[in-house]
Amino acid sequence: MPIVAALLSVAGLAGVAVVAPILTARRVAWATPVVYGASFVLAAVLLICGLLALLGGSAFQGTVHLPVGLPWIGAHFALDPLSAAFLVIVDFGAVVASFYAIGYGAHEEEPGRVLPFYPAFLAGMNLVVLSADAFSFLVAWEFMSLSSWALVMAHHHDEENRRAGYVYLLMASFGTLMLLLGFGLLAGPDGDYAFSAIRTAEHVPWLSGLVLVLMLLGAGSKAGLVPLHVWLPLAHPAAPSHVSALMSGVMTKVAVYGFIRVVFDLAGEPAWWWAVLVLILGAGSAVLGVLHAVLQRDLKRLLAYSTVENIGIVFIGLGLGLAFKTNGMAGAAALAVTASIFHAFNHSLFKSLLFFGAGNVLTGTGERDIEKLGGLVHRMPETAYLFLGGCLAISALPPLNGFVSEWLILQAILLSPDLPQWALRFLVPASGAMLALAAALAAACFVRAFGITFLSRPRSPAAETAHEVSRWQIRAMYALLAVCLIAGIFPGPFLDALSPVSQMLVAGAMPKQPILPHLSIIPISESRSSYSGFLVFFFIMMASWAAIRVIHNFASRAVRRAPPWDCGFPDASPVTQYTANSFAQPIRRVFGPIAFRAKISQTMPQPGDMAPARLTLSLRDLIWEFIYAPIEGAVLYAAERLNILQFLTIRSYLSLVFAALVLLLVLVATWA
Amino acid sequence: MGLILAILIQGIQMVLVLALAPGLIGFTRKVKARLLRRQGPSVVQPYRDLLRLVRKEAVLADNASWLFRNAPYLIFATTWVAAALVPTFAAGLHFSWAADLIAITALLGSARFFLALAGMDIGTAFGGIGSSREMLFATLAEPAMIMIVFTVALVAGSTQLSTVAEFMVDHSTLRVSLGLALIGLIIVALTENARVPVDNPATHLELTMVHEAMILEYSGRHLAVIELAAALKLLLYISLIACIFAPWGMARQDDGVLGMLVGVVTWVGKLAIGGFLMVLFETAIAKMRVFRVPEFVGGALMLGFLGTLLLFVSRSF
Amino acid sequence: MERFSLDAAHLLAGGMVLVSFMMLYQNRILGLLNVFAAHAVVLSLSVAWQAYVQSAPHLFVTAAIALILKAIIIPVALHHMVLRLGVHRDIETVGGIGPTMLMGIGLVALSMVVMLPAAAEADPIAREDLALALSVILLGLLIMVTRQNAISQIVGFMSLENGLVLAATGARGMPLVVEISVAFSVLVAFIVIGVFLFRIRERFDTIDTQALDDFREGRE
Repeated sequence: MPIVAALLSVAGLAGVAVVAPILTARRVAWATPVVYGASFVLAAVLLICGLLALLGGSAFQGTVHLPVGLPWIGAHFALDPLSAAFLVIVDFGAVVASFYAIGYGAHEEEPGRVLPFYPAFLAGMNLVVLSADAFSFLVAWEFMSLSSWALVMAHHHDEENRRAGYVYLLMASFGTLMLLLGFGLLAGPDGDYAFSAIRTAEHVPWLSGLVLVLMLLGAGSKAGLVPLHVWLPLAHPAAPSHVSALMSGVMTKVAVYGFIRVVFDLAGEPAWWWAVLVLILGAGSAVLGVLHAVLQRDLKRLLAYSTVENIGIVFIGLGLGLAFKTNGMAGAAALAVTASIFHAFNHSLFKSLLFFGAGNVLTGTGERDIEKLGGLVHRMPETAYLFLGGCLAISALPPLNGFVSEWLILQAILLSPDLPQWALRFLVPASGAMLALAAALAAACFVRAFGITFLSRPRSPAAETAHEVSRWQIRAMYALLAVCLIAGIFPGPFLDALSPVSQMLVAGAMPKQPILPHLSIIPISESRSSYSGFLVFFFIMMASWAAIRVIHNFASRAVRRAPPWDCGFPDASPVTQYTANSFAQPIRRVFGPIAFRAKISQTMPQPGDMAPARLTLSLRDLIWEFIYAPIEGAVLYAAERLNILQFLTIRSYLSLVFAALVLLLVLVATWA
Repeated sequence: MGLILAILIQGIQMVLVLALAPGLIGFTRKVKARLLRRQGPSVVQPYRDLLRLVRKEAVLADNASWLFRNAPYLIFATTWVAAALVPTFAAGLHFSWAADLIAITALLGSARFFLALAGMDIGTAFGGIGSSREMLFATLAEPAMIMIVFTVALVAGSTQLSTVAEFMVDHSTLRVSLGLALIGLIIVALTENARVPVDNPATHLELTMVHEAMILEYSGRHLAVIELAAALKLLLYISLIACIFAPWGMARQDDGVLGMLVGVVTWVGKLAIGGFLMVLFETAIAKMRVFRVPEFVGGALMLGFLGTLLLFVSRSF
Repeated sequence: MERFSLDAAHLLAGGMVLVSFMMLYQNRILGLLNVFAAHAVVLSLSVAWQAYVQSAPHLFVTAAIALILKAIIIPVALHHMVLRLGVHRDIETVGGIGPTMLMGIGLVALSMVVMLPAAAEADPIAREDLALALSVILLGLLIMVTRQNAISQIVGFMSLENGLVLAATGARGMPLVVEISVAFSVLVAFIVIGVFLFRIRERFDTIDTQALDDFREGRE
């Protein structure tokens, strides 16, 4: 049974995690490949289990009840279509990350701080997806958070990384607390924590609404929804690159899984205002995330903010699904939910690809700051080519997979005028506009990222002496790019694979996608709209091949190399070319004043004065300023005030104890 | 027989758009010159220019990469595929189910992505200016286009261009949302094709550089291919406006050869009228300074959004 | 024909909303005055169309007043005053044009939400025209609120009044439309005169025409 095999593999990963410290303590040279290789094999087994359960139907699904954990609950594990779909997402990411890490991990200075926690992290994530009762879900969730925290703190000598770990720990604890409260409300006063029991229990509407808010706070903070995203751009860059890829590409999807499981499956019938909340948070995350990303100079932080944007897009789809589900429009709900999950899958693919590329750049040059890079397309050609593929995918350009999922969400928006609630009728087109804006800004962001890092001329010695990386790393990226291309050209089978999931969640499914004769996907019906990724790809290839052949054969194919055009001033210095900051300046000038209260001021010295002119740019993170800084201030203030408790006299302590005792006795007397 | 005919019509469309695109550019240059009381170059001059360029040796900078060498063909291919899917003389194209309006917008976005990367490849300041300004305009023009697509799709019931064209031919009415969408689409077309008031296609001065800056380093056959792609893009936008907002004369599914010929003649006429009106507008207005353009294109985004909002609120808008 | 007259009325009302947005977009006074003249032209077309459709000839008089007074006389007069008095010709906006246009969209959405469910018993056609007219009124108020220049505030007020006339003619059988429009125009004229009297007083410290006569050139 696949679920048994899955649980055994998870146990195997935990075993590897236990063995790893022994290997690293002995300073064995082959510790790294063995640990990552074992993770690769076990994650592959889990991937196969997930695929079997998703594609094979109910014959391969099932539940398991183990007598571990709390004695009156035990531990329930289940493999149903939703968990199978997310198991595939998690484990495909884990498989390629482990393969990548065999090459990347060779450069790790302190393998003892990374190797034990990596398999533990994988085990935690898989266990969250497999859990079928609230207690094991929460234990696995915490396990996942703590092991990823340990991985974030791997390079603890850096002050920035320590701060990142601290913020991450705070936000993760907050998130778990919210989840705890949410599950507590769902389980009710009787405390039956099994998902199967919660599913069939009676739900009071306002209680379900409260559960939604708690899930948005808990799972949303782990996924990276604005305004709870602040830990993401700090923590994801701090970890080693393969772990960053897992955190951005996979762990955020585990959080999305948690949200979908509770809100669509366990909490009963949704109310229409749930969609309002989810849409607002999703649209806000999409635009704010990419606006931050456009202005970043640290390559990994840029990718982390881009994750916030894509999670926003996933939640826009989920909000649409909730809106349609509440109003009984099953076909439209199925389209929206399928598009969201497909986008989650696509994002895990191309975000991992991009993070691996960033890891290659870090290995090859030692730099993460794109202002010091440039010209890497000549020194690291394969990485450049693969990174370009990732940039194309994330910018939602046909014929790759990012375009397909965004196209499906846009088609879902076009079905919304039939919604009866007025708030939704205004919010849905606004979300559509923000989605389109986010997609266009993402394209600008990745033109900048690729252009400044890989194209143009090297801006520092590190970039001039870059070298290409190991074959393990390159081959992992090829695998990801290949799947991106396949998902973009033949999205039909992927959408069909997700129909049992949407059937389970919204009691409806997208129409069966035709294999022949058109190889196109049909979101609602053939007369409304369709898209054939294969034909678009085929036509583009044929057109470019034809153009090249015709021109080379009938015109000229001669090439001559010469210095670039320099307007009469020979310019050898790479300082004169566009920097990342200058590339983003127009966008910053247009969107900055609204989103960041951007202000530019300059002081010019008088003529004849030898002092330098100064240009000051101030950007404020409004969310940090208005939400987190006041909370920080309030907590510090309370702590200061309560600090006097440390310095009281002995008599005061005794009086406190005496007062507490008297108070309790009075309470007992009045309530007895 | 029907299938072969349909594929033949699609093939004729692909060849026709390619053949007429430089002619459209030549026509607009001639009209502009005449309006400015000059003689102007001949209408077939762009064809001669393309032939001349294609036969020349391409001069590449020392540090030009494989992306720089291959980008022109990718830009051309994506633009040509997009142009082949816009109904021009016949409303029902055989491969129109392969890509709808959103996909056409995204294909043009791919072309722009590669063009911007090519601009950054050599590492000069000119290329950087062009690419960064182009991406700024795209940041607002693409969502504007998507909102306009939404407006049209909500009126016509589909994003498939053939269905939209047939709907517009059958039910041509005045509607507020379509009026707003038309103005928005005109603004987006001016922006995307680098015409006055957004960019001046006739100069290479830094002040007016966006599109010309990105292709500054290109020469020979690469430049010819990119110029052809730019001409195709202009033809695509004018045909799109004609298809959605002035669809009279287009051949329907079952019209015979005569219907097709009428369609071709009316289409060429619409191209001429569109080109003339565009040039008239260009000579009447000055080019905007760069940071006024986001407000201009933002206006198109607002109009598209307003049109969509009105249709969401009430179907009769 | 019924459908066409409906669509034409919507188109003209929507045209007024569009021209209001164009007024929000302007950043020079002379441009603003030209767009305001266009606003009045569209208003007179819309009123004339209503006069034709409702067979109410007195509305033709309203259309003529709008055309002559608000599309020709007032813009030309303001144009002259701006040039003669050397008024600062850039319009300073509060907040920038982008956010202002976003607020404009919000106001249009607000007027839709208010009008469309509320007037459910009325003719659905008139309801949508009323919603568009309310949008024009709110946009006129927005122009007044987000501009720091007196002339632009006056133009905002006049466009607000145009919206009121549009609303009045859209609802059938509203009496005294002509009289009300004349009264409003006189009111606006007084406001314009008032503004310039204040400017004159600021510049010359007096509005006593006897004293001002001494400042006239060519007088010995």
